[in-house]
Amino acid sequence: MTRHGHFLIACLAALTTVLFAAPIAAQSDTPPAPYAYQQLDDPALEQQATDLMHTLRCLTCQSQSIADSDATMAGDMRHQVRLRILAGEDPEAIRIWLIERYGDYVSYDPQVSATTWPLFAVPLLLLLIAGAILRRRIGGRATVDAEGQGE
Amino acid sequence: MRWTLWVPLALFTFFLGLAGYQLSQPKDDFIPSGMIGKPLPQFVLEPVSPDRPGVSTADFQGGTPQLLNVWASWCLPCVAEAPHLERLKEEGAQIIGIAIRDKPEDVARFLNRHGNPYTRIGSDDLSAIQFELGSSGVPESYVIDGNGVIRYQHIGDVRAEHVPMLLRELEKAR
Repeated sequence: MTRHGHFLIACLAALTTVLFAAPIAAQSDTPPAPYAYQQLDDPALEQQATDLMHTLRCLTCQSQSIADSDATMAGDMRHQVRLRILAGEDPEAIRIWLIERYGDYVSYDPQVSATTWPLFAVPLLLLLIAGAILRRRIGGRATVDAEGQGE
Repeated sequence: MRWTLWVPLALFTFFLGLAGYQLSQPKDDFIPSGMIGKPLPQFVLEPVSPDRPGVSTADFQGGTPQLLNVWASWCLPCVAEAPHLERLKEEGAQIIGIAIRDKPEDVARFLNRHGNPYTRIGSDDLSAIQFELGSSGVPESYVIDGNGVIRYQHIGDVRAEHVPMLLRELEKAR
């Protein structure tokens, strides 16, 4: 057999290993929580729940909202959100309940706090600097123009 | 040439350096619980093993600090930490388990194969108590003092080097 043949077989073997390898991080195989995939009957409440779920971060996947994730834990969090909305809790109270446990990290809707204030302050500061520079430039040109007309 | 012309380049280099530095730092995926220093939430969990009772908040208010281990039979790092939990038990630690989304037959198989260091095991079928604890995965271990207040959180599997540290934390919670 040629060297190419060996290479191909090695590639195929590698591919099969990858395809049939058991996942390293296992997941529970118990059924999803009742409200993980089941919407609330009241469309207004469901809308509140969905809006909130889009702004909560999945804890195991970390780059998705719990509304977008299929992870078991995200499903369990959706269940919590829908149950609490159904019980009449305010969406922001649910967010606070989660932030209390997991920190700002769990919310995609950043609040002004001791660690997050630069997020809000820096853009304002940049706007002010840009404004100051513009005023100096435009103001400067206007004076030059005025002087030019005077001649 | 005016020195201010260099400011944009300096800023650019600063951000490039910052990004480069952050890229070279190891990624930290751990989400610490905000519940440390606070009392355990009120809960009652059904047993999941025939020879161990279930778990409720009252079981942590007996005056001695205990280790609360959040685990699952389907979790591979939990297999890795099993011998070290056994070691903690031999050293005198009382360990209460909460099994996340588990089935009695799977729990029985796991305990048969990897040992049973638990005095009680409660079943948290929908991760509800896990959220109450501020736990974001399995396994995690919490030191709970004799009054039911959460004192310390260990994220990830307990390794050999963590055993003396956890024993110290249990002692500190006394």
